[in-house]
Amino acid sequence: MSESPPSPRPSVLPPPAPEHLAELYRQMFVIRRCEEEAARAYAQGKIGGFLHLYIGQEAVAVGACAALQPDDYVVTTYRDHGMAIAKGMSSKAMMAELYGKKTGCSKGLGGSMHMFDAATNMLGGYGIVGAHIPLAAGAAFASKYRNDGRVTLCFYGEGAVSIGGFHEGVSLAALWKLPIVFICENNEYSMGTPLSRSMSVEDTSLKALGYGVERDRFFADDVNLVEHRIAAAVKRAREESQPTVIEVRTYRFRGHSMSDPAKYRTSNEVEEQKRRDPLLLARRELVDALGEERVKAIDAEVEAEVADAVKFAEESPEPDASVLEPTTYDGPFAA
Amino acid sequence: MAQMNLVAAINDALRLAMKADDRVVVMGEDVGKVGGVFRVTQGLYDEFGEDRVIDTPLSEGGILGTAIGMALYGLLPVPEIQFADFIFPGYDQIVSELAKLRYRSGGEYPAKMVIRTPVGGGIRGGLYHSQSPESLFIHVAGLKVVCPSNPYDAKGLLLASLRDPDPVLFFEPKRIYRAARGEVPEGDYTVPLSKAKVVREAQGSKAVTVVAWGAMLYEAIAAAEEAEKQGVSCEIVDLRTLWPLDIDTVVESVKKTGRVVVVHEAPRTCGLGGEIVALVNEKAFLHLEAPPCRVTGFDTPFPYTLEMDYLPLAHRILPAVVATANY
Ligand SMILES: Cc1ncc(C[n+]2csc(CCOP(=O)(O)OP(=O)(O)O)c2C)c(N)n1
Repeated sequence: MSESPPSPRPSVLPPPAPEHLAELYRQMFVIRRCEEEAARAYAQGKIGGFLHLYIGQEAVAVGACAALQPDDYVVTTYRDHGMAIAKGMSSKAMMAELYGKKTGCSKGLGGSMHMFDAATNMLGGYGIVGAHIPLAAGAAFASKYRNDGRVTLCFYGEGAVSIGGFHEGVSLAALWKLPIVFICENNEYSMGTPLSRSMSVEDTSLKALGYGVERDRFFADDVNLVEHRIAAAVKRAREESQPTVIEVRTYRFRGHSMSDPAKYRTSNEVEEQKRRDPLLLARRELVDALGEERVKAIDAEVEAEVADAVKFAEESPEPDASVLEPTTYDGPFAA
Repeated sequence: MAQMNLVAAINDALRLAMKADDRVVVMGEDVGKVGGVFRVTQGLYDEFGEDRVIDTPLSEGGILGTAIGMALYGLLPVPEIQFADFIFPGYDQIVSELAKLRYRSGGEYPAKMVIRTPVGGGIRGGLYHSQSPESLFIHVAGLKVVCPSNPYDAKGLLLASLRDPDPVLFFEPKRIYRAARGEVPEGDYTVPLSKAKVVREAQGSKAVTVVAWGAMLYEAIAAAEEAEKQGVSCEIVDLRTLWPLDIDTVVESVKKTGRVVVVHEAPRTCGLGGEIVALVNEKAFLHLEAPPCRVTGFDTPFPYTLEMDYLPLAHRILPAVVATANY
């Protein structure tokens, strides 16, 4: 057990294979562009309600999911669009859901916080903070029970560490030695409240100590580093059936949701953070490895994919009122 | 008198109560520096300081549990739950502790507090930002439940709720937070709990009593105006306090009209409408000319799209009113 604080910076890391980095970059850029398009559609009133953007945090989802096998599970919060894409869900199904269209992953009935995809074992986005954490432990329990070798990744914000669900989930996972990795995406704010005003310690991974599980903590600037550090925890889960509690330090460039003007932080602070934008860092590294031409070609592919997703969402039909009744129950009570 | 919206009226009531009584503390997620997600507590942090306007971590069980403790030892907490949809991590504290303390302490510890929370649909919030859970609290004996429809009532009912000896859930219809405007007197006044208000009187023999509250009151009024054109007159009762409810005012109206339609956003099954209909049946059975009718949300989660089909808006109330009148 790591009693001393883990080092926040990488030791020497082998550089990623250029083609692999290209794939990670591509995914991050798809997420970034999808989120930007979603913001635009929101401003036009085509997407309503609450829209929590992942811009700035892409390296966490992409790096973490890169450490997985395809049938491993991911459970996350309402800030879930990027996670769903990193897990392999199509950007079309994601965008259509944001638009509330029938072709969306939740048939248009859920919206932004409800990214589910059984085909890629994306176990969903969850709107009630902390509620999904025991549930993720349950998914890991099922894997252990069936001995299927799968690992569950459970993501949450630092705000969730104050609520009971977090503690119940980690406590059970530790007791039952479940194949799970708990990943706090510490973006420093729980809505308008900075971490320093909502928790008595500044490192959420310290909570691991009381439950007797391994922990780790690092910055998400470098997607390659994220993949390596998460991979170590995934290995521990898969091979030893031991949970890990991780804090990834990141930053959201936009407000909590589209309706948050984020007046609780200065624009200087945001600009400062944008200089370590993991997407730009990855792009720079990729240009060095593969050349500008190749990266431009990837960018063009991404633009085409995102434009396609938006077009698909725009053109898809809305669900009709007949779906109001039959979704709650199956069988004779369905109608 | 000043023109105010619902947000300003509630803010005004909180400020008055905090000035008058230093037992009153406001607490919740982002209620302090930010002034609340809907800005209902704006300015209170600057005026009363961080000891009385407390920014809490994300922890509904913690907020409500500590509020109960504060109340037991003489404070008067006014916790805000950001959306009623998020109250459930603290539901255990409300159901198992708050609602039962007066009873099981032999009346010595009533655990007085007012829990404020926005309810209802209409902002495209989908499953977790739209629910109307009033009957989940009414069913737990020991709680009072209030839901104002206009700024005047909101301020007066909140001040009355703070003075009432029992714990009160104060549900704020978020759809009309800014849309509902009206004159609000300066200074202190109360609107009594458990008193409904007839906001429109019926005339003629083809009349229907419509019971509504919160944001749906305006839908009932819109439907009544249309029904009028079709020769049906509506008497509209704004319930204001949902529990203990003013059944006398409802029954008195039903005795006059012989018909009743209850409107609410919550799903139909085991909704408050069912209880109101049962009470009308018990107390005015022989006066009824038509079966009591409910226009409600559906027995499903609250959908993101189709919100305007899910809500019992005027276009759904009108045919129910007309059919009940012509039964
Ligand atoms: C139980 C519950 N309480 C409150 C909320 C409202 N809420 C949604 S997100 C949020 C802040 C969460 O911050 P954090 O966990 O740090 O995640 P982030 O949004 O920064 O990704 C709050 C208060 C909620 N959804 N569920």
